[in-house]
Amino acid sequence: MGLGRFVVTRTLNLVLVLFAVLFLTIALAGPATDNVLKRGVGIFVKQDIAFTCGKQNPPAFCRDANAIQEQVRTMTAREIENLGLNEPWWAPKRLWYSLYSLATLNLGEAYFLRSYGGSSVVRDIIVEAIPKTILLFTTSTILSLIIGLFIGIRAARKPGGILDRLTSTIGVSSGVVPIWWVGIIMIIVFSYGFRIFPARATPLLAPSDPQYIPALLYHMTLPLITITMLGFGGWAYIVRNLVIGIMQEDYITVAMAKGVPERNILYGHVLRSAAPPVVTIVVLSLSGSLSGALITEAVFDWPGMGRLIFNAIGALDIPIILGVTYVSTAVYLASIFIADVLYGFFDPRVKAG
Amino acid sequence: MAQKGVRSLWREFAKQPEGILGFAILVLLIGASLIAITTLPQETFREWSNPTYWQRYPKTAAPSWTNLFSSSKQPEHLILQSPAIDEDRLGGIRRITHTFSLQFNYDDFPGDFNLNYVVRYGSVPPQIELRVARPDGETVELFKTTAPSLPAQLTAYQFNGTISSQDRILRDTVLQQASKPACPPGSLNDTRANVLLFQVGCDKPGRSGLLRGQYLFQGSFYLFGQDDQVERSELIIGGKVFGTMGTDDLGRDIWTGVLWGTPVALFIGLTVSILGTGVGLIYGVTSGYFGGKTDETLMRFSDIIISFPILFVLIIIAVSTRMTLPLLILILVIFGWPGLAKVTRSIALQLKNLPYVEASQLMGASSSWVMVRHIIPQITPYVIASVALTVPGPILAEAGLSFLGLGDPTLPTWGKILNDAYSFGAGARQLWWWILPPGVMLALTAISFVLIGNALDKVLNPKMRKV
Repeated sequence: MGLGRFVVTRTLNLVLVLFAVLFLTIALAGPATDNVLKRGVGIFVKQDIAFTCGKQNPPAFCRDANAIQEQVRTMTAREIENLGLNEPWWAPKRLWYSLYSLATLNLGEAYFLRSYGGSSVVRDIIVEAIPKTILLFTTSTILSLIIGLFIGIRAARKPGGILDRLTSTIGVSSGVVPIWWVGIIMIIVFSYGFRIFPARATPLLAPSDPQYIPALLYHMTLPLITITMLGFGGWAYIVRNLVIGIMQEDYITVAMAKGVPERNILYGHVLRSAAPPVVTIVVLSLSGSLSGALITEAVFDWPGMGRLIFNAIGALDIPIILGVTYVSTAVYLASIFIADVLYGFFDPRVKAG
Repeated sequence: MAQKGVRSLWREFAKQPEGILGFAILVLLIGASLIAITTLPQETFREWSNPTYWQRYPKTAAPSWTNLFSSSKQPEHLILQSPAIDEDRLGGIRRITHTFSLQFNYDDFPGDFNLNYVVRYGSVPPQIELRVARPDGETVELFKTTAPSLPAQLTAYQFNGTISSQDRILRDTVLQQASKPACPPGSLNDTRANVLLFQVGCDKPGRSGLLRGQYLFQGSFYLFGQDDQVERSELIIGGKVFGTMGTDDLGRDIWTGVLWGTPVALFIGLTVSILGTGVGLIYGVTSGYFGGKTDETLMRFSDIIISFPILFVLIIIAVSTRMTLPLLILILVIFGWPGLAKVTRSIALQLKNLPYVEASQLMGASSSWVMVRHIIPQITPYVIASVALTVPGPILAEAGLSFLGLGDPTLPTWGKILNDAYSFGAGARQLWWWILPPGVMLALTAISFVLIGNALDKVLNPKMRKV
């Protein structure tokens, strides 16, 4: 299997999963959305008829209660048919339309939530949240990686030493501690206790304010510290394992025998060999943090995608939930794809099959 | 043979301090589960989300041991359920007296107190009296009441009654007794019964009027019928601290909730992990053993499953239907197996070409025989480590989902308790006893299993042992 074929199968996989998730989303949310819409149509029709009958010279049917009921029924049925709601969600025409509008993020308007500028268009709200999520999680991933590289390499120098054992234990443990819970504790200690950082990570300034960026960065500090604190251990552990593995390779032994200084071996040869898997894991962890960070963002009130879906769940704002799910899935799949292809590119065994 | 294997495995495992630490935590967790199942009343589990059940408990009370570290001892909330019972006869009338003894040594007045009782009687309703003997020797007659007369068409009746310190008549009675009539008019600015009863003399600045010592609350039931009976009674003295871990805004005992959360979490984690591992093992071995087109198809399918963003799938499902525990476990199993399938497939690929496997095939063994007898036993070590390593995932997923308010709404799970804490603003109110215990348990459980899994992996996976 060549790299070309590998990329093709990965792409097919990507498209398939995306459609499967879209389908699942529509299948699960479809009936609920339909009911909401139908109820809305009913209310709209009644208001319309009330308005018509309230005018001067109302039409004849307004005088008879039964006729009004009849009129409400026929008009509701007509509206529902116009909107295509008389067919179930799985009717091919509707299904394709739903898939198409979801895929193009053409999700109409949110029920309750608004963007900062006051727009209720789902796409606007989501587009506003994406950069915040990327800012927070890219920064924390890079920070964790730098600290992790530093500690991991030091730990790998003496396998079985104190630092190594500590790195291993902390590395495997910190990854499974729920970040959002630690976040709550951090807020209690540093926001309510010592009053160093704000408890809510959303700046009160308008985005157009020149002070907005510094304010945003200041508000970002506490979530950043929390995520990095729990993240670097895992990186240190990964780096340590990679480095120890590479140190056992023959060419490293040769370099040592030649008398190349240890620093040069570690930072030259070993790190270069460790780079490909590290890059792959960075890509994967970025996308992983995107969904795992959902609750963390909500806890810190950081105005990204996580808080958005958290608020949307609270308000049962279905268009937003669907939109965020779709966008996050797409980003997640795209990064798995990139990671896979990068891995295939770096690792000749994948190309060979 | 197998026993010897287990013993040597344990010996290797015991050499790893991290593994031992994880194992020790696991033993504690299992202990906590057993304590929960055997000692806690079943209703506390079933009625966890029913606020009426928790009415007798104080709202947002701190743990009672906080008194040890505090300069002023806050009154403890007490639910006294086993009174000393006396019975005597006054002519044809039986008098049953329930005496509750209360050692009151706190630095603040207690909250409201209630006497709850259940009496069963026939045609003549019993009379009920409550009096208190104070440490200063005074006895205060608090309240007299008669149970309601029998509803028509009934020959026996069971009545649940309450005498509350918030009752106006009770309050006035206290005001007129306990040396209070001597107080100059207007000198008492707090005339609640729970304050007056525990106060000596008239109002004094601060808490200096607090009367400490032993109080005896006596509830007397005058029964007129032969079959009349006092079923039970309990005295609740309101307080500001309660129990091992305090209570939440609905009065729920956090200690009870956190203890119940342990078996629930272990059940979710272990069920999903074992089922998922089983599916992954069979799937991976089948895929690797048969190879070719079967392998290709099966692996493509598992690639698709593994790419599903599980948290979002859960959110969508939870938003559109009501989430229950079995449904959650089912979903987590459906999306939880492909990781192991990949590993077992690659091992099966190597094993199937080994001479002893080929020999077995040549002797005419069926594929399923070869897989079960020769391949799966070889993979078992990886599988055992994998079970331990995959336990935290489902537990954390459930906690996250519950924290979002999308979990099974009735169960006491750690995520649910944290969700309640978060939505009641426990962080801003510094109610640490509501936030710390469930999170600590969550973290401990997850850490315990990864430490065990990692240690097992090192023992069972020779490649890792070298480092």
